[in-house]
Amino acid sequence: MPFDLSAELLARIQFAFTISFHIIFPAFSIGLASYLAVLNGLWLWKNELKYLALFNYWKKVFALAFGMGVVSGIVMSYQFGTNWSVFSDITGPVLGPLMAYEVLSAFFLEAGFLGIMLFGRERVGPSLLMFATAMVAFGTLMSATWILSVNSWMYTPQGFLINDVGQFVPDDWWAIVFNPSFPYRLAHMVLAAFLTVAFVVGATGAWHLLKKQAGPATKTMFSMAMWMAAIVTPIQIFAGDLHGLNTLEYQPVKVMAMEGHYDSHPEGAPLILFGIPNSEEKRIDYAIQIPKLSSLILKHDLNEPLDGLDTVPDSDEPPVAIVFWSFRIMISIGFAMLGVGLWSLWARRRGTFYTSKWLHRAAFIMGPSGFVAVLAGWVTTEVGRQPFTVYSLLRTSDSLSPVAAPAVATSLVAFIIVYFFVFGAGAFYIVRLMSKPPSELDTILDDGPLRAAGTTPAIQMKSSDLKANEREQL
Amino acid sequence: MMFDLPFIWAGIIAFSILTYVILDGFDLGVGILFPFASEDQDRDVMMNSIAPVWDGNETWLVMGGGGLFAVFPLAYATALPALYMPITIMLLALIFRGVAFEYRWRTQRWERVWDISFFGGSFIAALMQGIVLGALVQGIEIENRQYVGGWWDWLTPFSVLTGFAVVSGYALLGSTWLIIKTDGELQTRMRKFTWIFAPSTLIFIGIISVVTPFLNPVYFEHWFAFPAIFYTTAVPLLVLYSTWRLYDGLKKKGDFAPFLSSLAIFVLCFIGVGISFYPHIVPPSLTIAEAAAPDSSLLFTLYGTAILIPLILSYTAYAYWVFRGKVDPKEGYH
Repeated sequence: MPFDLSAELLARIQFAFTISFHIIFPAFSIGLASYLAVLNGLWLWKNELKYLALFNYWKKVFALAFGMGVVSGIVMSYQFGTNWSVFSDITGPVLGPLMAYEVLSAFFLEAGFLGIMLFGRERVGPSLLMFATAMVAFGTLMSATWILSVNSWMYTPQGFLINDVGQFVPDDWWAIVFNPSFPYRLAHMVLAAFLTVAFVVGATGAWHLLKKQAGPATKTMFSMAMWMAAIVTPIQIFAGDLHGLNTLEYQPVKVMAMEGHYDSHPEGAPLILFGIPNSEEKRIDYAIQIPKLSSLILKHDLNEPLDGLDTVPDSDEPPVAIVFWSFRIMISIGFAMLGVGLWSLWARRRGTFYTSKWLHRAAFIMGPSGFVAVLAGWVTTEVGRQPFTVYSLLRTSDSLSPVAAPAVATSLVAFIIVYFFVFGAGAFYIVRLMSKPPSELDTILDDGPLRAAGTTPAIQMKSSDLKANEREQL
Repeated sequence: MMFDLPFIWAGIIAFSILTYVILDGFDLGVGILFPFASEDQDRDVMMNSIAPVWDGNETWLVMGGGGLFAVFPLAYATALPALYMPITIMLLALIFRGVAFEYRWRTQRWERVWDISFFGGSFIAALMQGIVLGALVQGIEIENRQYVGGWWDWLTPFSVLTGFAVVSGYALLGSTWLIIKTDGELQTRMRKFTWIFAPSTLIFIGIISVVTPFLNPVYFEHWFAFPAIFYTTAVPLLVLYSTWRLYDGLKKKGDFAPFLSSLAIFVLCFIGVGISFYPHIVPPSLTIAEAAAPDSSLLFTLYGTAILIPLILSYTAYAYWVFRGKVDPKEGYH
């Protein structure tokens, strides 16, 4: 075997790699689809050109991100079978139908109306275009709902029986779909997608403000993004806390790893802010900790005992260091987001919202923070479930396909090269689009006739001129 | 037991795969024909003929995969490891072609790169789909609910033959689709390509049809046993009739007849594969009934499917209707 890597480890690396790349795009497109629906709605409602300018601006970014999400998503829908065939066979009767519903109720809806949303403004009326945009946004949310139900079932499985060939078979569909961790995970992820986009939009606006090339459209998007940051971040922190308490109830071992609690604390556990997990000695080196605070947060009582990883057999323990660190990265970003949100409120109050260079710099730096937080959060929860695929019932090592290590190594290398090349290029194109400010002139040239709107006479004239020109050319 | 749940589901999955083959068939076919466009504007038109619908077309592939996972998990869990290489290569190829739809409008310097990526991705994806078909027809070794063959078993002269057959067939669907969507010089060129890809596809179909019954005695029996032969003969006869309609449509320079007759040929070939396979879902040993998930899974999924598939078909049809007619070279949001 080359590199002395087992087929299992290679398959795990491949899954982690492909799904990490993939989640970036849905996180982006879930938030952006809703933003586009809002922008189109505002355009129809208020008839202000800046909203149409923003819609057309972000539409191009959306089209790129969505395309990358589709192609990296098709990979995921086959990878369960190619690399995790035993998992597929055993969980198929329970999880397969939920995924089928995702395809039927979400993927087709997005794909079916995406073409109309992107290309259709001249071919359908304004209300149909609005409908198509709303359907795309609704589709992305439906997709999140189903796939998070599937994913949550793998943490908190219920509503199933086991048949004579060892498959999980459905017993109570309601219990399967609405398994205990699902509502928390769904809320946490959808809010994360909204925040991710808010900070991307905010950073784009901040960049053009810093470059002194911000028109009304740019100011509007910066303002909308910062409202989202100020309002949604506290909600997200609250939702994350509830999610954590749910995890403590159903997957205490993951919380032990997140908290870095190697030892049990019968008289109240400390909150370890930072430190270096030492897996050999089973302790946190150089720990900076606040006594009893962990018990207060998790149990709402300073002296409540908390079990540590010493109560868990080593063979059932997740890799502590990864979970410990990724959790801290997510939390730090969450509070940084909160900071920027509060700062923006303060700047608004002081009337420096569009002039404060430091606020704009901070918002610019925070641009990619949502993606990092989303990845860190997923690493925390997924690695925290190890060594199981279905928590406490099916081990990762028992889920694998009978595919030889060289085959998996080959495909892994191919995925890495292709993903970095293709999605690297896509990320470059997205950044290049965002580096140009949205312009109102664009709206007229790009979209041709604005017959949809009762806009100002000047614009109507321009667009009818354009239409006449087109006719002459034909 | 004709109308039990696994049987209904086999029909729905077959329908999804057929829909995929038809829709992404012309979609990939346009990609295969891409390098033969003489000028930039032709390539723009070719791509724009499918740009608003390609994503929906490809979703049927996810439906095929997701559907198998849901209702025939054992087929999903045995066929995919067996076809590990061709499936993985197909997925990578689909990435290259899928991103090209947006990328090539975002750059001038690299436009050629994404043109090649669109062609190469389409060609290789089609080739791999054909190889997957060939490998399935040849059969997949299963023991104890697991694939037990090697990781190169899929690569045989027969699977390579079916691979190129699908490439040729998709190119035929692509060229006849473009006859509908274009006019002028580009349309004339597509008619010429149809005169190449129609005969080549029919020759491939002929060879594969002669070879297949001898790959597995069971296939031979499905086709030639008495009295089944009365029904099965209808398939080649209808292929001949469709071929005549295709020839006639090309001669009379019709817009729609060549595409519709090519579709008919695809549907008939698909039925042919069904006749060989039934009642197996993964030949030679895994049957539809054995691979099926328990009835509760099938029923739960069927309720939604019965409502959603007609809905999907109607809004998909609507999207095609919105973008009907010849492609206007100046249209597009880029």
